[in-house]
Amino acid sequence: MKRASFIRHSGKFAILPVDNIDTDQIIPSREMKTVGRTGLADGLFAGWRYLSADDRTPNPDFVLNDPERSGTTILVSGENFGCGSSREHAVWALFEYGIRVIIARSFGDIFFNNCLRNGILPIRLNSEDIDKIMALDRDTTLAIDLPEQTLRCDNSAMPFDISAYGKRLLAEGLDPIELTLRSFEQIRHFHREDETLRPWIYSSAH
Amino acid sequence: MSSKPQTLFDKLWASHRIGSAGDGADLIAIDRILLHERTGGVALKMLAETGHAVHAPSRVFAIMDHIVSYRSDRAADDARSPGGEVFIRETRNMAQYAGIHLIDSNDSRQGIVHVIAPELGIAIPGASLVCPDSHTCSLGALGALAWGIGSSEAEHAMATGALRVNQPPQMRITIHGELPEGTGAKDLALHIIARHGASGGKRCAVEFAGSAVENLSVEERLTLCNLAVEFSAFTAIIRPDDKVFEYVKGRPFSPAQEHSHRAAKQWMALETDEHAEFDYELSIDASKVNPLVSWGTSPAQSSAINTPIPQKADSRALAYMGLEPGVHLAGLRIDGAFIGSCTNGRLSDLRSAAKILAGRKVASHVQAICVPGSQLVKRQAEAEGLDIIFKSAGFEWGAPGCAMCFYAGGVTFPPEARVISSTNRNFEGRQGPCVRTHLASPATVAASAVAGMISQSGSVMAEIDA
Repeated sequence: MKRASFIRHSGKFAILPVDNIDTDQIIPSREMKTVGRTGLADGLFAGWRYLSADDRTPNPDFVLNDPERSGTTILVSGENFGCGSSREHAVWALFEYGIRVIIARSFGDIFFNNCLRNGILPIRLNSEDIDKIMALDRDTTLAIDLPEQTLRCDNSAMPFDISAYGKRLLAEGLDPIELTLRSFEQIRHFHREDETLRPWIYSSAH
Repeated sequence: MSSKPQTLFDKLWASHRIGSAGDGADLIAIDRILLHERTGGVALKMLAETGHAVHAPSRVFAIMDHIVSYRSDRAADDARSPGGEVFIRETRNMAQYAGIHLIDSNDSRQGIVHVIAPELGIAIPGASLVCPDSHTCSLGALGALAWGIGSSEAEHAMATGALRVNQPPQMRITIHGELPEGTGAKDLALHIIARHGASGGKRCAVEFAGSAVENLSVEERLTLCNLAVEFSAFTAIIRPDDKVFEYVKGRPFSPAQEHSHRAAKQWMALETDEHAEFDYELSIDASKVNPLVSWGTSPAQSSAINTPIPQKADSRALAYMGLEPGVHLAGLRIDGAFIGSCTNGRLSDLRSAAKILAGRKVASHVQAICVPGSQLVKRQAEAEGLDIIFKSAGFEWGAPGCAMCFYAGGVTFPPEARVISSTNRNFEGRQGPCVRTHLASPATVAASAVAGMISQSGSVMAEIDA
């Protein structure tokens, strides 16, 4: 299956100045209502975005409810963004809402990998660069170039790191399963050899 | 021939490395895949939609644990959240369609995936295991290479029998000395996270080593490794020893008798060589560990029960928790108590709580619930009469599953309720909108339930004995 690809992006940003934003905040479990990847945007940040769990009245204090932040496609946050539960629904909800880039000092590992598979670019930046972005005029457009691995804003360019594999997944919108199946003979060969070494892994219950 | 000294993790990695996957990643063979209805059903569904078959159905296990009702008289489709039954039904249908193992709601083997994987011998030393669940790191306690993934990666592992992974950096946490009386693996884990922070694990494969780890039972090791993800570890592992070899013997998916000698021989080599190098090394003195309780909204925000909340504590977290710096944790009035989860829902956890609850009553204003981690734990506990102790004390005795560890909609504690819980996450809203979760060991939860306020198990025991 062809996935969403990511090459370049320019957009508005919003700041979530909190460390350790976990995937329970990004999409509370109660907002996961179907066995699927869609219908999740309404539940994004539900605990913060709405005044109460049952009532969908927007909380005016939440940054994404600020009319001036409408159309935000880039989130900027602190340390350990996306920690906690492995639920890929967090990434699906962010994408469906329109988020394409998340900039943070660090990320939860599973969340980071989930982003790469779903068209969202997670960018790790040092505290200094994050502080610079947080100090920018809120109307500044951030421009991200994945092939060049740079983020541009307000006349400055910040380089960022990403693994070659992550970059390919995003830029080519590759289906990692198809990619791996190209090595299927190699995998089969490994299993055949391994079965003679560790037959108990391959035998059924007793 | 001399070769570079290897870590336990290096050996596990090498034995599953099919080859380079290009771009700096490795192709790693996955021995066994675990799924649950919350994130596994969707992986099975995506797989079917894209027309891929499951590569080795006999090595994939679907388990009902996250959404199943914990009411003792539940029917197979009963969920604990409105609309949750669709996850149970679809996962069941997809599992049957794919021809994988299905461990359904009321199967005698059912339970929380990370509790039953060791019980059934699905998790064994030297095996590679993945599950779309972050607490899969628990299984490293047996010397397995196990880590949590997303649903798309679960789909990938099922379709190909392998995953493309960048080898993580490595950390060794050496824990020496003896844990003081009245403390356990949960206190030890919270101690490490509180000391080094929620990002302290630096995305490493973390090996727990040292005399204090060797002295832990297999169940306690599962608790310690379970919390590694709250520390931002890629996963955790512990060298498998005689305790582990004894533990895995004779379980349904453990090596059959005819292979056991050969397996044991391989497993004995699963240890870190002398002089092997780690990217990071930490050292912990177990004798400094106190019974801990969390006061904030991250497991790293935990302190000893008998200490005040730090002056520099995060104000946002304290506002959510309805607390202030300087407030003593001991003595805080609680409204709820929960014992269970993949962190502390095993037999030894229930025993440690029952020791405190025997002959005592839960304070009248506290709603107390115990949900055994699996059907097997439940049967064993009932055979020992633990259920009678819990029920006589005023605890509800539930049917196995994740239960109150996370809120999925439906009935829970009321907003602003203060709940002491033997679980793993005290995130905002984790146990319900505005519910205030305090993480603690099962013994501390039991003692607090009796006292009606956060209390150390030792003080509750002493008061009664006096």
